[in-house]
Amino acid sequence: MITSTKFKTATITYMKNPVVFVFFFSVLLSVIIGFLEPKFWSWVNIFDLLRNYAAWGIFTVAQVIILISGGIDVSFTAIATVAMYLLGLFMLNNTINNLATGFIFVIAIGGILGLINGVFVYLTKVHPVIITIGTLGVYYNLLIHFTRGRWLYNLPSFYLDFGLLRIIQIKTSLGPPTGLSVLTVIWISIALFTWIWLRYTKIGRELFAIGGNIEAARRLGYNIFLLQLFAYTYAGMLSGIGGFVYGAAAQFIQPNAIVGRELDVIAAAILGGASVFGGKGSPLGSVLGTLLLGIVRNALILLKIPSYWHSAVLGGIVIMATLFAALQIRYSSRR
Amino acid sequence: MKISIFSILLVVILGLTIIGLYIGTNKQILSRVTLETIGYQMPVLGFLTFAQVIAMVNGGIDLSIISVANFTGIIAAILMKQYAFSALMAAVSGMVGALLVGGVNGILVAVLKAPALLVTLATGFLVKGISLGITKGYIISGLPSSFVALGAGNLLGIPVSFLLLLMLTCGLVLMFSRTAFGRSIYLVGANPLASLFSGISVKNIQLSVYICSALLSGIAGLIMAARFNAAQADYGGGYLLITVLICVLGGVSPSGGAGRIVDVFVALSILQLISTGFNVMRASAYLATALWGLLLLGILVITRKIPKHVM
Repeated sequence: MITSTKFKTATITYMKNPVVFVFFFSVLLSVIIGFLEPKFWSWVNIFDLLRNYAAWGIFTVAQVIILISGGIDVSFTAIATVAMYLLGLFMLNNTINNLATGFIFVIAIGGILGLINGVFVYLTKVHPVIITIGTLGVYYNLLIHFTRGRWLYNLPSFYLDFGLLRIIQIKTSLGPPTGLSVLTVIWISIALFTWIWLRYTKIGRELFAIGGNIEAARRLGYNIFLLQLFAYTYAGMLSGIGGFVYGAAAQFIQPNAIVGRELDVIAAAILGGASVFGGKGSPLGSVLGTLLLGIVRNALILLKIPSYWHSAVLGGIVIMATLFAALQIRYSSRR
Repeated sequence: MKISIFSILLVVILGLTIIGLYIGTNKQILSRVTLETIGYQMPVLGFLTFAQVIAMVNGGIDLSIISVANFTGIIAAILMKQYAFSALMAAVSGMVGALLVGGVNGILVAVLKAPALLVTLATGFLVKGISLGITKGYIISGLPSSFVALGAGNLLGIPVSFLLLLMLTCGLVLMFSRTAFGRSIYLVGANPLASLFSGISVKNIQLSVYICSALLSGIAGLIMAARFNAAQADYGGGYLLITVLICVLGGVSPSGGAGRIVDVFVALSILQLISTGFNVMRASAYLATALWGLLLLGILVITRKIPKHVM
């Protein structure tokens, strides 16, 4: 009797959790697409999907951190672009000639730009979306102004090889071998690492607290300034790494590839259980959210839907995610 | 009308901008050609800015204005080109499309209490997607001359669209200062709960605000299509940042409840003059956008300590 009640409560809790919903929706969608287009379930397609969405997945983890702390960041695409582009320039003139330096470089650039976001958000107390629309404009346009926005090819082999590196190799009966890309491993490790410190460290719990109720957190004596600064800097660092991964996956550097797709990432974060009201979210959920968007885009291509309709379909999903989030808030605030 | 320190400051900045540009562009800023360009360019930005002002004064924000503007232009353009609608009927149909999006925004914000920022970001994304789908990403050009007159025509040398902007400004000043609806927009922006307790239907006000915002964006889209003699899904992407900047420069509080139309109009003139001045001086558009961003951040930092009653 007790176990059955327990089971019921547990089931209800899970049903209320959007991540569970997203998980089942993704599985259902995958099965349907698999029937319509058997290529979807091939190893090549699955591993390609995991590799191509690694950078977007990392951006989503960054977004989740900001959302948990009660903010929002639309400038991450510019941060990633700046980090990626400067990395490319320095690799081409041989200033950066190994992976470790490149990695530290993008983290540093991302961290600094994120820190600037955090300072402005704290100083002005204006909604972070207005601040980050501003910094997005500054970062991206200064970059394009000074570099003229040329595409960068012929990157050094250590970077290109890293992008093609596979941790697990699988031989397919037809076509080239495929396998789990190192870029996917970076994405999943970042999500896991972030999930652990958010859950088990003091600073992680405090981020949830300021996102849930900033005034209460202030009265408890939390240092709001440092916490916000930390959130934006960490997110900036992840955005820098995302830029690194994006360039490695694409094998060349295109400065206008990332900017303009901010909403995909915010949608993935919300689908993954984060709330725009702050105080809620999970890096592991964000992995699912990213995969769902990836599956949808993948399906649109496999089902040969004309590319000019893709944004409308994604827009529809984003609206549904928004509705879902709004209804959930209404439901939980009524209790 | 009470004159605040803030308004005087803005007018002084406007004066300094004109003097600075007069020297910087070697007197070209006040030449007939440049002034005419400003007269044709300002209405689009003006209508979009006022669309943003209404939402911001109400304590929200409308990030879908650019998408709605392009959507309206595209509907009108397609109806005229492919279905031989008259200019008036096409414009009206375009506006119906805009109002529909405004209604969706309004319902999501007012009834479902979803955050305006997220709702309008999402509907903007969806509407842009639909525009891309309808046009397949192409530009629709070659519109009938009766429609183009809206963007390129003039009355006694003054552009028709500029006259429309002046009329809108006067109308909004009256609406915000003299009508119950206008005052309610401020009150709901300042304190929704208090407004509710004082008998204002917060739901209806918010719904009307997003419909008004879409209405103005739609008119901006029609003027834009008429001026370019073409419509496309992603015209004017840079305008969004600039409208928020003008609002903040014009003393509209991003948290709602404060801001005056006259001040916003002065701020709009300043930005339009600087923008046109940059073009005359052949400065890079990227540098200009970066500068707008810096200006926005700077103003936000400076004004954070100024209490609302001074504005």
